[in-house]
Amino acid sequence: MTGYTEKIREAAKRLLTEKKVDCFIGFRKGSVPMVNYPVIVSDPAKADELIWDANCAMNLANYVIGRKDKVGILATGCVARNLVTLVQENQIKREQLYIIGLPCSGMIDKSQVIDKYGDVEIVSVIDKGDTFAVEAGDKTDVLKKADFLSRNCKICAHHNPIEYDEIIGDKVADPETYIKPEDVKKSESMSDAERWEFFEKTFSPCIRCYACRNACPMCYCPTCFVDESRPQWVGKSSDETDTLTFHFLRALHLAGRCTDCGACERACPIDIPVRYLTSRLNADAKEIYGFESGLDPKMRPLLDHYKLDDLNDFFK
Amino acid sequence: MTTKSFTKDALIKAADGLRKSYRVFVPVKVGKFHEFKLFEDGDKPDFEYRKTRKSPKGLIFPQSERMLEYSIDEHKPDHHIMKESPKDYSPQVVFGIRPYDAMSFKVMDVNFDTEDYKDPWWIKRYAATTLVGICRNDLDSKMFATENFSGPYDIRGLDVALYDLGDKYIAKSLTEKGEKALAAMGGNDVSAAELAAIEKLTPDTNAPQAAPTDKIKEKVVNDLFDSTMWEDIANGCINCGACTFLCPTCWCFDIQDEIHKREGDRLRIWDSCMFPLYTLHASGHNPRGKKVQRVRNRFMHKIKYYLDKYEKGIMCVGCGRCVEACPVNIDIRRVCELMNNFTK
Repeated sequence: MTGYTEKIREAAKRLLTEKKVDCFIGFRKGSVPMVNYPVIVSDPAKADELIWDANCAMNLANYVIGRKDKVGILATGCVARNLVTLVQENQIKREQLYIIGLPCSGMIDKSQVIDKYGDVEIVSVIDKGDTFAVEAGDKTDVLKKADFLSRNCKICAHHNPIEYDEIIGDKVADPETYIKPEDVKKSESMSDAERWEFFEKTFSPCIRCYACRNACPMCYCPTCFVDESRPQWVGKSSDETDTLTFHFLRALHLAGRCTDCGACERACPIDIPVRYLTSRLNADAKEIYGFESGLDPKMRPLLDHYKLDDLNDFFK
Repeated sequence: MTTKSFTKDALIKAADGLRKSYRVFVPVKVGKFHEFKLFEDGDKPDFEYRKTRKSPKGLIFPQSERMLEYSIDEHKPDHHIMKESPKDYSPQVVFGIRPYDAMSFKVMDVNFDTEDYKDPWWIKRYAATTLVGICRNDLDSKMFATENFSGPYDIRGLDVALYDLGDKYIAKSLTEKGEKALAAMGGNDVSAAELAAIEKLTPDTNAPQAAPTDKIKEKVVNDLFDSTMWEDIANGCINCGACTFLCPTCWCFDIQDEIHKREGDRLRIWDSCMFPLYTLHASGHNPRGKKVQRVRNRFMHKIKYYLDKYEKGIMCVGCGRCVEACPVNIDIRRVCELMNNFTK
């Protein structure tokens, strides 16, 4: 993934100059380690600002929603699946998108790296392919990326974009079998009471900033249910019931739509493992229906899908 | 002004001792981050912490607070009458606050305590709060200096300053409230050498650099407002409230009524200018319906309107929490620079 930057700049410049796209969505180098800045470039001269490394973890599909112009966009395996889902859900037309596919070997988990260094401030983090260099305090360490991958990237089944107009780089090997997330496995052995306690403990630090919701390309409702005021559905205080209601409903709205890109967890300012709920639903979609979202533009989303041989009797 | 000396262990005991006469809040590591919590038996205060993730502003301005309560049960004689909910204004000490967070209360005070409007809850709670703060050279590179926070030894917001001399703290009272708290803390007499040592403390090379804001005062509000830079600043923004909710100086709130059966509460809840609901009118019109308008308002409020209205610098203490937590790297220091360099 380290050699992508030059190719991305070349492609963006070419597409903008040839007017194949009106704008190009990518990342600019961030001002702090491990966070890059999503940018929408329309001037070919500014294509040289674009970069790519293992800190480009926010989901760029978020920025195509509602656009009327022709958009060039960078897409890893999960982002491409989100774009497919947005096309299926009529949020953008496939013809409006020019997708530059990027086989992805995974993103660095910022929070694990920060944990490792504790109070020692991290000055810079440089992606070096299989490793990355962390300058912290007065020393520089070279760490293995495999040890610090984002949790969603560790179990990723689709490293390569399945939908693209051109592709940069060599394909990355996907795991041969389905990997169930550890926390989902763990929660299956819990009793109802234990699971409820786990929910309360996990989500009680939430400050209701909605970064998880807003980082998600699948959360595009014109008015989110938490913002609905006539009638009001959910209380807006830090009351635990309201906070849990927000998280449960948000997750349920993503059933069969989430691609496990991890942007929600990455965006959380207080490191709540918010991905747990959607991982649980993704596991259900996979295990009960054999369904993974965004793999085929022609397929309908899981929950508006009807089959005569449905598992549930009431459907027949 | 009194000075006292405390070994590091003695300081924890001093904080503990204050519990007899105050509710004492101390920095404690809860999960991954430090936060201020009520000092209870068994808690381990960590005064060596760098920064809490959430600012301590909630100790004076809670994220949700029951303001008033009422009943809509017409069988009750006082139905439909708003009554003040009980609140705790007993003396509290925020022990171990950092100087930038202490200054944030001064920055917010100009909004809650004005000649025209006096917010009773803010005023009473701020008056009941004593800020005992730690001055140490351990600030990080995401922080920056503003008129309201110049560096690790800027004690303007504090009642008692605790100077970290490595193996001990030298406490200096700065206000009447501070004098009273320090008297209750005990401590040893300070030697001439210790006094000289705290006089010599100066910000080290890690001390925050100023974000450029010196030319913002002279810019015409409408020119800045109409600038095209806001599109570029806002493009990446996902409009979440992480910045505003972690910010020690964001003071906006919403008022909500919650009714269970026939009993109701009127609540005051933090709001965020990043949320579309923030400015939504009852008519359905939203004057800040677009993301770029909301982002512009956040920065114009902090960096221009506040500066022009109160002439007390920008509405920011440079703590860098928004810089650290923004998922898409919207960096207020860059916005300051763009605004400062703006030409029509």
